[in-house]
Amino acid sequence: MFVKIVNALSVWAIPLMIVGFVGYGLVKKVKVYECFTEGAKEGFNTAVRIIPFLVAILCAIGVFRASGAMAMLTKVLSPITNLVGMPGEVLPMALMRPLSGSGARGVMTELVATHGPQSLIGRMAAIMNGSTDTTFYVLAVYFGSVQIRKTRHALPAGLLADLAGLLAAAWVTRLFFG
Amino acid sequence: MINYIWAAMLIIGFIAGAASGNLEAVTKAAIDNAASAVELSLGLIGVMSLWLGLMKIAEESGIVEKLAKALRPVTVRLFPDVPAEHPAMGAMIMNLAANVLGLGDAATPLGLKAMQELQKLNRIKDTATDAMCMFLAINTSSVTLISATTVAVLAAAGSANPTEIIGPTIIATTVSTTVGIIAAKLLSKLPRFRVKVDSPEQQEA
Repeated sequence: MFVKIVNALSVWAIPLMIVGFVGYGLVKKVKVYECFTEGAKEGFNTAVRIIPFLVAILCAIGVFRASGAMAMLTKVLSPITNLVGMPGEVLPMALMRPLSGSGARGVMTELVATHGPQSLIGRMAAIMNGSTDTTFYVLAVYFGSVQIRKTRHALPAGLLADLAGLLAAAWVTRLFFG
Repeated sequence: MINYIWAAMLIIGFIAGAASGNLEAVTKAAIDNAASAVELSLGLIGVMSLWLGLMKIAEESGIVEKLAKALRPVTVRLFPDVPAEHPAMGAMIMNLAANVLGLGDAATPLGLKAMQELQKLNRIKDTATDAMCMFLAINTSSVTLISATTVAVLAAAGSANPTEIIGPTIIATTVSTTVGIIAAKLLSKLPRFRVKVDSPEQQEA
């Protein structure tokens, strides 16, 4: 029931927003076409402004992923994560999640294929995927778009949230399916 | 902090690559990803323009302001430095709403719009404000109700009940968002992260 409602909302949200905004604008006597193009002009500048930030972050993530450092980190960390009920196989998923959305999706797909979609590992990977978002990418793009270089506590706060989400995912998976 | 993490990822990456004998692959990853970063950014232009255009209409017609007013009790607590009727509030609310529904394409342009509005309130232009850090803490902890790609992956792998993960996922993401909000609030008060008004020239020198 809940799933159906949210799915329906997702399908209808964008059409309703577009029709609603334009329609309401007309009612309020806004010159909608001119106004739209005025706003849309900013799209190009915003996209171009984030390029250097995205290059920096994606390069570092690419190097880290391709190097095999992830496998080494997994080996070092797995005795610790075993203590909190996170099997070693899922650790690459947890490490990838804050770094890269497509990378995390890749790890999840592989874990689900290898261990089965209804295995503990498969389910834990799936729940981890939705438990938090790619902190590094979001920070790079969002701060990059307004040229902010001193990010203060944004990264530690984001990473703490990731850590909490991932631990909660491991715990809740065991609770529901363990 | 981002300086150290960024440098560590590059340096550890290349050392590990050399140690494991796939240095060439690591170099290739750096170059390929640089290229795809540009493609990714330029690929955003279309959707970005669409949403920024719509946002402009929403702003001019007063919808954004109405939305900001309606959610005022929550937003003034999360973002005490942002005036309740400022366009930044409207943009942040729309971004979070898009994220909750899992509309990634709409969420990014709206989020960037919110950042631009927040930047207008910022006195030190190269330094993040408390409101920005709070907004990003909520954003990076994911507030999506249904992770559609995850369900699709499970279904494709032959799960008898791919939506079974939705409930547990909502619990996990609620934990991450709550911790994100608390962390952003508490960390902003640490001396380490306090805004230094007179620092730009000194640090440059």
